Amino acid sequence: MCQTCGCTVTAGNAHLAAGDSHARPGAHATVEVLQDLLAANDRVAAHNREHFDEYGVLAINLMSSPGAGKTTLLEATIRALRDRYRIAVIEGDLETDNDAARIRAQGVPAVQITTGTACHLDAHLVHRALHDLPLAGLDLLFIENVGNLVCPASFDLGQHVNVVLLCATEGDDKPAKYPVMFRAADLVVLSKADLLGVMDDFDAARAEAALRALGRETPVIRAAARRAPALDAWLGWLEQQLTAPRAIAPLRPLQATAGV
Amino acid sequence: MHELSVCQALIDEVARIATSCAARTVGRITIEVGQLSGVEPELLARAFEIARAGTCAAQAELSIAVPEIVVHCNDCGASSSARPNRLLCASCGGYRTRVLEGDGLRLRAVELDVPEAHAALH
Ligand SMILES: Nc1nc2c(ncn2[C@@H]2O[C@H](COP(=O)(O)OP(=O)(O)OP(=O)(O)O)[C@@H](O)[C@H]2O)c(=O)[nH]1
Ligand SMILES: [Mg+2]
Ligand SMILES: [Zn+2]
Ligand SMILES: [Zn+2]
Ligand SMILES: [Zn+2]
Repeated sequence: MCQTCGCTVTAGNAHLAAGDSHARPGAHATVEVLQDLLAANDRVAAHNREHFDEYGVLAINLMSSPGAGKTTLLEATIRALRDRYRIAVIEGDLETDNDAARIRAQGVPAVQITTGTACHLDAHLVHRALHDLPLAGLDLLFIENVGNLVCPASFDLGQHVNVVLLCATEGDDKPAKYPVMFRAADLVVLSKADLLGVMDDFDAARAEAALRALGRETPVIRAAARRAPALDAWLGWLEQQLTAPRAIAPLRPLQATAGV
Repeated sequence: MHELSVCQALIDEVARIATSCAARTVGRITIEVGQLSGVEPELLARAFEIARAGTCAAQAELSIAVPEIVVHCNDCGASSSARPNRLLCASCGGYRTRVLEGDGLRLRAVELDVPEAHAALH
């Protein structure tokens, strides 16, 4: 059918598209397509990844339900690593820029994206934020997504890895309840691990079993970022990611994608 | 509710197709919403009612197909159907599986009302 849109006429409707004499002026045609609905987002995400790879920046998308401890973990991580790595943070939040202010107080650049009513970050929003960051001088970029276990899972931002926090007070059945999010995780961090002793009904083994049931071998580690910090496993994993070889690829221009 | 962003993307794509086919109106739009796509069909249908207003799809009907989840087992090679939070191999019980079907979010077909002159070109 139309060359420009690459659509096809099926056997059942070919006579209509060809202007069958039985059809009234004008014709109904069914255009068969197989178009990914998030293709526009995924294109920009791939472009973001090229930005990161151009400068050898490791980009980590941090996701969890609201209040699971993302910003607190980032604050502690920056304190532990800022002398050895150049770190920046993109903060996604519905309304405030509290989290970005907390990050800046640790002495590293932070860009706040206020999403208003949108419950997730998308690749376009992140691309816009990249222009406010000194990418050339970075080793590690964290993207703290909007606190939400549903929507952020559907949108690739161009990150290299997804980290999902599961907090001790949330219940060990979260991977079973939010399979799309936990399937997307490259690492699951049991956050506020200092509370695991108090929340004696949270069974870490049950959480891991629910994760395995999603067909994933995702590593699960524990971290506590307040009071008595326990960050060894987390910092060890980060160092591993930072030293793993990553492609340094030349940036290709973004092909006409509206809204970038 | 990210279903509204998904609808926006859907309508953009439908508009692109309608324009390139010089269609006058858009009839039925068929999409596939995998149970592992992160999109709720019911919320999407409601969001569509809002998003279509004032667009080429204002009169369009949305038909949503929700395919069964199919996983392929990397251990025994079997393919079997599965549930969203239980993606294990039905044959050997293994968890080293790959989702073959069920995580897609796709536009499948668009019914167009094409003027005869343009239709005859094809
Ligand atoms: N006991 C304990 N409390 C913690 C820990 N980490 C964070 N908290 C507390 O949990 C609350 C929420 O922490 P945040 O770091 O703001 O959580 P968040 O995930 O960034 O929240 P949103 O950005 O709003 O989604 C704060 O009161 C923190 O002090 C921890 O390791 N142990
Ligand atoms: Mg936060
Ligand atoms: Zn760019
Ligand atoms: Zn949402
Ligand atoms: Zn098997």
